[in-house]
Amino acid sequence: MAGNNKKESIQVKLEKNIFALYFGTALAVSIAGIVEIVPLFTNSETIKSEVTQADGTVKSLIWQRQEGQSLDDWKPGDGVRPYKPLELAGRDIYQREGCYLCHSQMVRPFRDELERYGHYSLAVESIYDHPMQWGSKRTGPDLARLGGKYSDEWHILHLRHPQALVPESVMPKYRFLDDAKVDPESIKERMIAMTHIGVPYTEQDIESAAKTEGKTEMQAMVAYLQSLGNHIEFEKGVVYRE
Amino acid sequence: MSIHEKYDLGVVKWFTIMSVVYLIAGTTIGTYLASELAWPYLNDLGTDWPYFQFGRLRPLHTNAVIFGFGGSALMATAYYIVQRTNQTKLWSNKMAWAQFWTWNIIIISAVITFPLGFTQSKEYAELEWPIDILITLSWAMYLYNFVMTIHIRDRKKVPHVYVANWFFLGMMVMVTYLHVVNNLSIPVDWFKSYSIFSGVQDAMIQWWWGHNAVGFFLTAGFLGMMYYFVPKQAERPVYSYRLSVIHFWALMFGYVWLGAHHLQYTALPDWAGSLGATISLAMIIPSWGGAINGIMTLSGAWERLREDYILRFLIMSLAFYAMSTFEGPVMSSKTVNALSHYTDWTIGHVHSGALGWVLMVSAGSLYHIVQKLYNVQLNQSLLGLHFWSHTIGTVLYIVAMWVSGIMQGLMWRAYDEYGTLAYTFAESVSAMHPYYAMRAAGGALVVLGAIVMLVNIVTTIRKADATVKESKTATA
Ligand code: HEC
Repeated sequence: MAGNNKKESIQVKLEKNIFALYFGTALAVSIAGIVEIVPLFTNSETIKSEVTQADGTVKSLIWQRQEGQSLDDWKPGDGVRPYKPLELAGRDIYQREGCYLCHSQMVRPFRDELERYGHYSLAVESIYDHPMQWGSKRTGPDLARLGGKYSDEWHILHLRHPQALVPESVMPKYRFLDDAKVDPESIKERMIAMTHIGVPYTEQDIESAAKTEGKTEMQAMVAYLQSLGNHIEFEKGVVYRE
Repeated sequence: MSIHEKYDLGVVKWFTIMSVVYLIAGTTIGTYLASELAWPYLNDLGTDWPYFQFGRLRPLHTNAVIFGFGGSALMATAYYIVQRTNQTKLWSNKMAWAQFWTWNIIIISAVITFPLGFTQSKEYAELEWPIDILITLSWAMYLYNFVMTIHIRDRKKVPHVYVANWFFLGMMVMVTYLHVVNNLSIPVDWFKSYSIFSGVQDAMIQWWWGHNAVGFFLTAGFLGMMYYFVPKQAERPVYSYRLSVIHFWALMFGYVWLGAHHLQYTALPDWAGSLGATISLAMIIPSWGGAINGIMTLSGAWERLREDYILRFLIMSLAFYAMSTFEGPVMSSKTVNALSHYTDWTIGHVHSGALGWVLMVSAGSLYHIVQKLYNVQLNQSLLGLHFWSHTIGTVLYIVAMWVSGIMQGLMWRAYDEYGTLAYTFAESVSAMHPYYAMRAAGGALVVLGAIVMLVNIVTTIRKADATVKESKTATA
């Protein structure tokens, strides 16, 4: 870096002129962003959206929606898709209640995590997550592969009173989710906002938000939890991540 | 001419006081959260209210300590240092006050909006978009006033910009950049927005922000304090100019890469995580260089540590700085990270930085400012009480989190003799109870120390104000 030689070095020049120091610093702090972060946006390898299956055919990991299909035509394993209106409402509640502060949604490729949670997570699985919910702390278990693990009834009982099912639990009670209803108008606006940042909702999808009329926040939360981690059908022996 | 005529110190005084007020608020909430994890009943106290639950209060804790306490401390010290080292008043005292008010409005809106559940759910950047815009405005005023104050200095008297100012400047530049990019979002209504980034890119942007909030806001800025107040309190020049130069540029260039080490083994491409970890390891050298630079400033005056509590706070903070900047790179290495990630060890690491480094260097600096502002001595026994209460609390906290974090990591990956997982997740939760209780006790000692600090500062200021008034009426 800049030294301090006898003659007026760059360092001394910078020290004498605050604007030069300003730009010197701005330059120094920008380099990492350019080298480390920009490629994540430009390099197509960052998000692997296709795999070669055991029989040699290439399969897309993202749901390829046919003309006229609605979100309800999607079946688990069909590929990553945007959240349904009720799930989206549930996801917003998940953020509001700070569930991400105790739960991660990012399974790492270790044997114990595979056995405890399921297949390791892929980048493509969170392409519609604005923002992502990978989390940084496991005060509770990882939830990335939660979909289908428990029944809806289990989730409702657990969310109302976690300690009734798991006595050691330190999770708060979410009984109040039973009392509040979701607002279909607001969900619609949220879906429209999502279309502006690249989530491929169709007009039909957005209209279908009206069907959430009368649903409780509890139902929305459970719908979201049940949608986690079952979008891709993982095959044995296929490499999903180098 | 008194320093009150020579410099604009009103804003310094009020940022100092507000910093300690937010410190008490932030650490009290933190201690309550720690207690919730030990005794979950505290989440609702038998009510159906969500407002005091862990998920809603945790962002309030982090924002209150980082931006309320840390931010106000950075502002008090920057406004003080930039005037003293450049021997000039602020470029605009009015702008500094506008910045004071906007900053406090921001913190108050955090206090209101977080319990109500308004959040972007980006860690340490949870505040919703209208408040983010206000932060940008307040921050721009802070930066502009700081740069212009240096610019208008008398270059014959002060040809060089003093090193403490470089660190403050670096912090201000980088935080502007991070804050704006990380918070880019599309609003749905006044209280809800979606990040324009998603998935893996969002993860990288969030941790680019997350780690540099630590590296710049909580490190570079506080190093600015260190480079001014350690030499002042020790009454000696900085140990090595050359080391300061290296420390500064290595930090500016190097820290920015580290975010990726939070995403080791995730869906982030491997090269990015490895790059982050490699540079993290290299950062030990400049960080320790800086710590040595600070500690050695005291060489030849070691005996002063025995009676000077302010100096003790400052030097102890450097010991914790050295410890944390060693622990961090270790935790970013892949082998250790595989165990430590997702556990309480991370929380312990953050707090050895926050309680050990940031809080102690701020306490030393703010105490120093109060003594200079009023030309008085603070109450020594209260200083001593704060020092010991805080140090013991911090050590309790860190040790509890080391044990619980390593235990969690080991329990999650343990196999029994039949080759199946040895523990359920719930077993790992109940095993944490004693350590969570111990952490709450540590937190309570930190709160106690913070209250003692406020009492000491406020009584000293009031006494000094009273004497000034008396002498004025006497001369009149
Ligand atoms: C204070 C931390 C904390 C918060 C906040 C929290 N949880 Fe939990 N959660 C836990 C703990 C600990 C467990 C493990 C014990 C249990 O099953 O209750 C758990 C377990 C779970 C499980 C069972 C997972 C499994 O695989 O067995 C689900 C589902 C869950 N939480 C959902 C949520 C949701 C949804 C929210 C937000 C509304 C939430 N949690 C908020 C701590 C938390």
